[in-house]
Amino acid sequence: MAELLIDKELCKACGYCIHFCPKEALSFSEEMNQKSYTPVQVDKEKCIFCGTCYTVCPDTVFEIRA
Amino acid sequence: MAVQRKRPALLKDNSWCAGCGHGLFTRLLHESLEELGYDNNYICVDGVGCSSNYFAATTLGSAIESHHGKAPTIARGVKLARPETMVFTYQGDGDAYVIGLSETLNAAHFADPITTFVLNNNNYGMTGGQMSWTSLPGQVTTTSKAGRDPETTGMPLDPLKMAAQEERVAFAARAALNSPKNINLAKKYIKKALELQVKEEKYAIVEMLSPCPTDWNLTPVQAIRWIEEEAVKYYPLGVLKDTTEGGGA
Ligand SMILES: Cc1ncc(C[n+]2csc(CCOP(=O)(O)OP(=O)(O)O)c2C)c(N)n1
Ligand code: SF4
Ligand SMILES: [Mg+2]
Repeated sequence: MAELLIDKELCKACGYCIHFCPKEALSFSEEMNQKSYTPVQVDKEKCIFCGTCYTVCPDTVFEIRA
Repeated sequence: MAVQRKRPALLKDNSWCAGCGHGLFTRLLHESLEELGYDNNYICVDGVGCSSNYFAATTLGSAIESHHGKAPTIARGVKLARPETMVFTYQGDGDAYVIGLSETLNAAHFADPITTFVLNNNNYGMTGGQMSWTSLPGQVTTTSKAGRDPETTGMPLDPLKMAAQEERVAFAARAALNSPKNINLAKKYIKKALELQVKEEKYAIVEMLSPCPTDWNLTPVQAIRWIEEEAVKYYPLGVLKDTTEGGGA
């Protein structure tokens, strides 16, 4: 089973991934990381592991294990 | 279909602003270095500007900080001393196209086998968003508060075009770090430019339009739209010159 891994501590909440995700699987969480940003979270039901979030992320938050 | 994606091994937490294009470029650069087998044999010559934060964004820290605008000249010297090493410059528009315009064009003229990367964010990001020669007509910056006035400060300068006209330049292209499609294209240009250096001993230059949300006073998503709607009018994307087989121009 494929998996989308999110390193919350690297996230600066720019929102590019949320903007470009074709399945609207991503959103900001309500918790705060060490940098005081509200990092992105994934709805596992909606993610199709296409890699768009990885492509547009300036902070290497995402990895995908196929 | 699920696609495997792994962050490049040498990258660590970076200090660029949220939504900054510098982080995107750095990832594409390191993907390319890994794929070409050079991520343990490269020297980056950093310009002065937000590219200077690159040094601290990798665990290897294989970078030399140059004087403002002088990176290409230093890179030529590094390459002379270390011909087997991948040597590239990583500069901003203020660094490569304003204060270092002479070095950029001299490097293109002599075309030693180095690679130049320019992140064009149409202002001086690091120092708080002053007007650059690449700022657009009407663009509000801290030194053009009523918007850049071409009557008094000229039209946006395009040194990539000037470099592309130099006989010995093998490849010159402009991409934008503002959408999945454009980011993938940027990756292609970056990798091709680096490959030309180590496989054919050729000089190449790649410019990337790059979001600077902080100094543009925009949200990151507004910033990538501004590139698509405004910056590309003056800085069209694509290959300006390609002398390689099948390259055409
Ligand atoms: C000789 C000299 N002049 C001026 C400066 C101040 N300075 C630091 S960074 C910078 C401009 C950087 O702009 P750019 O190259 O576009 O990089 P960005 O931060 O936008 O990526 C300037 C003018 C300096 N450090 N040294
Ligand atoms: S000031 Fe602009 S160029 Fe510098 S890190 Fe912030 S967004 Fe990036
Ligand atoms: Mg700049």
